[in-house]
Amino acid sequence: MADPEVRIPAPGSLWRMEKAQLQTLLEALAQQGYTIIGPRIQEGAIVYDEIRQISDLPIGWTDEQDGGYYRLKRREDEAFFGYAVGPHSWKRFLHPPVFSLGQARRNGQGFEWIPPADPPPRYAFLGVRACELHAIAILDRVFMGGPYVDPVYRARREALFLIAVQCTTAGGTCFCASMGTGPKAPPGADLILTELPDAFVVEIGTERGAALMAGVPCTPATEADRAAVEARLEETARSMGRQLDTADLPALLYRNLEHPRWEEVAQRCLTCGNCTMVCPTCFCFTIEDLSDLAGTRAERVRRWDSCFTTAFTYTAGHPIRQSAKARYRQWLTHKLASWWDQFGTSGCVGCGRCITWCPVGIDLTEEVRAIRETDGAMASERR
Amino acid sequence: MIPQAISRAPDLFLPRPFQITGVRRETPDTVTLRLRSLQGDPFSFQPGQFNMLYLFGVGEVPISISGVHPKTRDLEHTVRAVGSVTRALVRLRKGHIVGLRGPFGRGWPLEEARGRDILILAGGIGLAPLRPVLQSLMAHRRDYEQIVLLYGARTPADLLYPTELERWRGRLDLQVFITVDRGDEAWRGHIGVVTTLLPMAERFLDLRQAIILMCGPEVMMRVAARELENRGASPEQIFLSLERNMKCAVGFCGHCQFGPAFICRDGPVFPLSQVRSLLEVREL
Repeated sequence: MADPEVRIPAPGSLWRMEKAQLQTLLEALAQQGYTIIGPRIQEGAIVYDEIRQISDLPIGWTDEQDGGYYRLKRREDEAFFGYAVGPHSWKRFLHPPVFSLGQARRNGQGFEWIPPADPPPRYAFLGVRACELHAIAILDRVFMGGPYVDPVYRARREALFLIAVQCTTAGGTCFCASMGTGPKAPPGADLILTELPDAFVVEIGTERGAALMAGVPCTPATEADRAAVEARLEETARSMGRQLDTADLPALLYRNLEHPRWEEVAQRCLTCGNCTMVCPTCFCFTIEDLSDLAGTRAERVRRWDSCFTTAFTYTAGHPIRQSAKARYRQWLTHKLASWWDQFGTSGCVGCGRCITWCPVGIDLTEEVRAIRETDGAMASERR
Repeated sequence: MIPQAISRAPDLFLPRPFQITGVRRETPDTVTLRLRSLQGDPFSFQPGQFNMLYLFGVGEVPISISGVHPKTRDLEHTVRAVGSVTRALVRLRKGHIVGLRGPFGRGWPLEEARGRDILILAGGIGLAPLRPVLQSLMAHRRDYEQIVLLYGARTPADLLYPTELERWRGRLDLQVFITVDRGDEAWRGHIGVVTTLLPMAERFLDLRQAIILMCGPEVMMRVAARELENRGASPEQIFLSLERNMKCAVGFCGHCQFGPAFICRDGPVFPLSQVRSLLEVREL
């Protein structure tokens, strides 16, 4: 019931919110000028797109996932967030797939740039999973943690309002429990929701989250609510579809750069780059220079790129990574090993998207297992 | 008018206009472009750093800074035509405009080299990022002990900076040895890969003590590194400049990764000790 009594939702406190009140929360966000991005069904998949009301959410749906397999299925209940993750990740809003860096016009002797005029969007993300919060924290390190700061990412990131939803269902390709990235949400979100059959339990993450919840009817969570959340998270952690042994993983991969398994997986890999597109942390991009036919106007466009293309390493007249083996090895060793050297964290959060959306079902947990089981094997053909 | 337009731009990714003040043809496929900022900005850099050179609407490529013009102090870039952008860059004439972002990256360890012998090993266009080193060493000659340059090119026609090479060769305080893979009828010099010149260098300096700076094709550097180690040099003394595809030059686009390193940000100059095992991996 709506309870207008005086209450102060302080960070760290837990509240019980009727499911329908999520609509009030969305309206409060919209009122503050946020564009709300959340899960909705499009073309047979749960994707992230703009939502306006709770009826936009995939209520009563779940996803079945396996290597190279994804299907939506009706649930037996009316859960709002009863699925794992889809082909989209939040990176498409923070690090846009295509972004115009500026347009140039010739003027007299030289040229001048007209930078993008639109103010960056103010997004509120609804339904961010624990693994995805970790992925955003990783992108923060990539784009804002080094000697240079990416202005495109920072503008979107700093305006961001984050509403996490802890998973009460593990997907068939999930392994966040192995990666230490879930299902419990790490700090960072403004609000953290957990869905129970009849209500949401809302944890206040930040002062901003507290201010928003002050306008949403809710009651203090009970001990039973608290216990129910813990029980759900434990159940989710127990039902992971995949597992990955991360012990000493960077060293394992570094000492196996010539392992025959790379050649074996290259026989199956189509080098399509799907895994890099769906990955919530793959950040690589290219910059394309365009001009009109008269050569008086030009544009610089930044566009997601993939280490699976041969053009990616085109250097002084030829690509460095010509073989599929070299390109798959780069992707996997970057994700699980060199990412640590570069950013002090794994590049993998165990979301399983690369497994689900691989058209031939290549499973990185399986590839790592194969290398671990034959640690030290060398490809016969060596220079 | 232009400066204002530029100051509004998110200049991390948007090149500033520079004018070509001169073009010198080095070899059949290589030119040295002389550049000056249209906005009149002074340009300072460390030897070994690189710029991104942009051609309006065509594309952008990473090019080592190959020094400054001895008289005008204009910035110089030596460009070899190997792809679509560089093929267009070598066709530029005096007065044309290019875009430029930079300087980027970590250069050669000239501070560390003070008071020591220096061996410079260059192959082909690999001399370009080492030319500002030679310019700097010659300008502060007393700060260093013996300096030896070993330079190899495919043919005599492929030798860069012939006038400067002649001038350097004439100096008593700089030892220059040149070799080519294939001579021509006029060539009376050394023939062979650049490592065959190492015994000459050893007449002037001790490889176990010198700072060794190296740039050339990766296969040359791999072979030279092994040979230098065989002759007693340690990987900590040897520095090399690496090359990879680059789009952003500031560590975001991912293209230039070499194992754990972003060549744009962590390099392009590395101590051999940091990249030694990676150099041995094919298609890394």
